[in-house]
Amino acid sequence: MKHAFLDHHSSTESIVHHLDARAKIIVFFTFILIGVSSPPTSFLLFGFLALVLIAIALSAKLPLGHLVKKVLIILPFLFVVAISIPFVKKDGVGGGYNFGFGGLSVSQSGLWILWNVVIKSSLGVFSIILLSSTTSFPQLVKGMERLGSPKIFTILASFMYRYSFILIDEMQRMKRARDARCFGGRWFWQLRIIGHMVGTLFLRSFHRGERVYQAMLSRGYNGTMPGTTGGRLGLGEILFLSLSPIFIFLRVYFR
Amino acid sequence: MNSDKVIEINHLSYDYPDGTPALRDIDLVVYRNESIAILGPNGAGKSTLLYHLNGTLIGDGKVTILGLLIEKKNLKEIRKRVGLVFQNPEDQLFCPTVFDDVAFGPLNMGLDEERVRHRVEKALEMVGLKGFEGRSVHHLSEGEKKRVALATVLAMDSEILVFDEPTDNLDPTGSRTLIERIRLIPQTKVIVTHHLSVVVDLCERAVLLRGGRKAEDLPIRELLKNRDLLEQFGFDADFAQWMFERNVKFQSSNEI
Repeated sequence: MKHAFLDHHSSTESIVHHLDARAKIIVFFTFILIGVSSPPTSFLLFGFLALVLIAIALSAKLPLGHLVKKVLIILPFLFVVAISIPFVKKDGVGGGYNFGFGGLSVSQSGLWILWNVVIKSSLGVFSIILLSSTTSFPQLVKGMERLGSPKIFTILASFMYRYSFILIDEMQRMKRARDARCFGGRWFWQLRIIGHMVGTLFLRSFHRGERVYQAMLSRGYNGTMPGTTGGRLGLGEILFLSLSPIFIFLRVYFR
Repeated sequence: MNSDKVIEINHLSYDYPDGTPALRDIDLVVYRNESIAILGPNGAGKSTLLYHLNGTLIGDGKVTILGLLIEKKNLKEIRKRVGLVFQNPEDQLFCPTVFDDVAFGPLNMGLDEERVRHRVEKALEMVGLKGFEGRSVHHLSEGEKKRVALATVLAMDSEILVFDEPTDNLDPTGSRTLIERIRLIPQTKVIVTHHLSVVVDLCERAVLLRGGRKAEDLPIRELLKNRDLLEQFGFDADFAQWMFERNVKFQSSNEI
């Protein structure tokens, strides 16, 4: 079975995809930091940040539908904010609705908070989606590692990436085998079966872990995961990295 | 054939941790550049025997690999020299990308990066997967996974290659491709399999196991002629006969 739910489109060919993961991690990290720390009134800065994202998305040749679909995941969270905050704060009245039987007023600062949440979360989520759609997971992990993230975390992440797919396959096969033998009956019975399945999955993973460890030993594993250093940062990366100081400059300048 | 012994096993016995006997009094010698098949029904101890060849398991008796006795202090050296290809590539391939996986062995051997890259490239070329370096393992087909698993071992440049059911789970084309690739490898090979075609295509000698004991040790040509023995082990004797004739023809046409 094939899966690509983690880093969809990350194998497309484009300038952005070819950039070293380190450069992308740094730029998107400063992007989010700057975006989140700006006051909600810095419209120019937000406009600029949005333009940068659009430019990156265009040069990465990512389909618009894919990006929009992914950004939509923040909608439920925004909705919660949207229905509560504008009514909570009771200072200046920003506007109101009249339903005939009674009015509902919206506070000014509440609206500001809503705007603040909407713009920052969309920019943040959009940039993370761009990062994960232009960088494959292994590259991302390697980039983190080379930026100094502790090796134990990156090793854990790469094993998780490698084996999550196998675990999902295994679970699907088990579910299929279960359904093929007319799974059903009372909920208590179902619960029992599901319990067995979880147990079996655990045992299988445990044994697989043992075999993988044997395979690692067979190829000379001695407790530390070896790694290659990979390429150097080229002109493209340096140009891309220069976005970071620009963000910082604009953030300071457009206060 | 020269008389250079690369594997020598004397009176090897092994019990599983729960006490079940797995191997009993096995004697076996493999010479340099020889290619032998280990055959036998499920549970005969074939895989258990393989795991003794690089010290994954250590039983009672003496196992000597390239003059080194299998014991704790020699394991590092022995694992450098014996490449083990596991039955299930999902167990063997644990890195996120093909490159990382093939480079794992050479990096552990302490080679510098330049040479590691060179070895990875060469190994992938040998299995016909040049250009697959950056691919994620879970996006490969079963046949490709098997070939990457083979490459991970080839990259270590081991002197002995050990295969646990290499064509298991493969379609006819995938299995043919893999057999062709394995055939081109000059090293000493020990292959566990259930398929006569693999045996005929890759091996010169067969060791038959039953109930953890060595039942027979004979050249492939003799095995293919021995109907009684084949039937005892559940092989199709008519198919063997046909393979034998085909192989005889193949060899005589080679000689012309």
